[in-house]
Amino acid sequence: MDGRGGSIRAVSGSSERRAAIVVRGLEKRYGDVHAVRGIDFEVEHGEVFGFLGPNGAGKSTTIAILCTLAAPTAGSAAIAGYDVVRERDAVRRNIGLVFQETTLDEYLTAHRNLLFHGELYGVPADVLPERIEQVMRMVGLWDRKDSAVSTFSGGMKRRLEIARGLVHAPNVLFLDEPTIGLDPQTRSTIWGYIGELRERHGTTVFLTTHYMDEAERCDRVAIMDAGKIVAVGPPAKLKAAVGKDRVQLRTDDDAAAIAALREKLRIEAKIHEDTITFAVPSGEELLPRLFAELSVPIRSVSVARPSLDDVFLSFTGTTMRDAEASARSEQTGAKR
Amino acid sequence: MSAVAQRNEPPEPRRGGPSTARAAGLTSDLRTIKVVWHRELLRFIGDRPRLIAGVAQPVLYLFVMGTGLSAMVPVTSGVPFRTFLFPGVLCMAVLFTCFFSAGSLVSDREGGFMREMLVAPVRRSAILFGKCLGGTTVGTFQGMVMLVIGAIAGVPMSLELVVTVILELLVICFAITAFGVALAARVRTIQGFMALLQVALFPMFFASGALYPLSGLPAWLVALTRLDPLTYAVAPLRHAVLDASGQAALAPMVTWGGFVVPIWLDLVIVAACALVALAVALPRFSRDDA
Repeated sequence: MDGRGGSIRAVSGSSERRAAIVVRGLEKRYGDVHAVRGIDFEVEHGEVFGFLGPNGAGKSTTIAILCTLAAPTAGSAAIAGYDVVRERDAVRRNIGLVFQETTLDEYLTAHRNLLFHGELYGVPADVLPERIEQVMRMVGLWDRKDSAVSTFSGGMKRRLEIARGLVHAPNVLFLDEPTIGLDPQTRSTIWGYIGELRERHGTTVFLTTHYMDEAERCDRVAIMDAGKIVAVGPPAKLKAAVGKDRVQLRTDDDAAAIAALREKLRIEAKIHEDTITFAVPSGEELLPRLFAELSVPIRSVSVARPSLDDVFLSFTGTTMRDAEASARSEQTGAKR
Repeated sequence: MSAVAQRNEPPEPRRGGPSTARAAGLTSDLRTIKVVWHRELLRFIGDRPRLIAGVAQPVLYLFVMGTGLSAMVPVTSGVPFRTFLFPGVLCMAVLFTCFFSAGSLVSDREGGFMREMLVAPVRRSAILFGKCLGGTTVGTFQGMVMLVIGAIAGVPMSLELVVTVILELLVICFAITAFGVALAARVRTIQGFMALLQVALFPMFFASGALYPLSGLPAWLVALTRLDPLTYAVAPLRHAVLDASGQAALAPMVTWGGFVVPIWLDLVIVAACALVALAVALPRFSRDDA
């Protein structure tokens, strides 16, 4: 039996006990590749915590270590008070996992998949049927419980995986890019479940994403780039810290426009995603001056309130999309 | 505060004594074995083509090949060729069934389900053991289907034969599945596994004496048959079948030089091979990261 119900509470005033996830100085090397370069963070119980960053930033490696699928090279991590290296099985009992790729048994029925999962995780037989019905109803698949998983669409499979990840009532649910490859409607449905988990069940949710709009919906976000966490905090706070509007400009002659911006308006602009980009405290007030003083023909201008992408930009000096592109070219370069 | 922790409260680390930990480990192992075994059965029953092939192939061998060849060799070791061939065909049928069962390890990996098992808080050895028991069950079931086919083909049957064959098959099927699991543990694709099947299984089958008597062979083939573990699986089955015909004395036993290997020793050798296969499979499987 797992002793969650009846163990005598240890007397400990440690604040770390409170946190669902505690990560200290975590590092991971694969040969020459330094995938995670010493990160520290904590996730509180009941929090929806997002890991945002381009592909290749180290998100998946971090999640693999937290889920006991990879051993850290240095540092430590604990889930619900259990060390991911020394107390592997206890960690596994306390987490639910939803991977990017499906890990369902397609030949079996939806219900059977969840039943086997519950048995593997040692859910007591008297609560298992009820628990399965509850999670399958939550994701709207109860009426399809006796269908083979192979007849399910991609969105239904993802929903079923989320349900399965909850069968053993984990403390922390890990979702690795939970909405990747799904249609917008299913994406918003899945976010509905995440909200429900937080409000009704107090489950801690740890997710990785590279969608800005999804990161916005988290309680807190850690922004990761090149193996390091560059910023952690609630999305609103992170954006407020940037405090500037982003102006993007398309012109006939970008080089001349950047020179003119520097000389006449004292603004340092750079080209990101093929567009002249710069940040100013108030974009709207700048526009009249911009039109008056820039001699280069302007094709379009956009002003945006700070987004998490701007947070990323201000901490790393590059946009997420550019970071991803350079990570990709580095990878292909390394393979050659 | 109640002493019973709510689910969403931070749980306290469990610090049970070593004996409670061991007991919890055992129930967890048994649960794991049960789940993996049960799943194997569901997969077998749900797989129509595999069930049909499992019946069609031995029927083909026994009736077509057995009848065709008996025109050439009407009597082998004093028994009708079809009766002589029956244990070999029986062995072949369970061989393929068990081996394909072990191969589900590879298709699980390809399909992604392997990851679900590897990340569960269970021991890898329990997963492997469950696989082997699953293969044992479906293989023995296949053997029982074969007995029915054999009876239709005119092979003399008796209750003793059925019981003996089933008991022998439990050992033999476990060993074959364990062997298959040892091979499949680190194979990534079904194609790779099929290639292994060609390289490992067919030579083993042909060298086992399933299709021909063990005596009167050239020296090199004698050596080969004696080294083939499958030889020790075929011999007890053949002995049981011929015993039911009242011709146990004619059953070709395995011999080492002048020493006639008794049936029990055949089975001990098969069981020992199973243990070796498991010992090879376990570290191969455990090293695997999800």
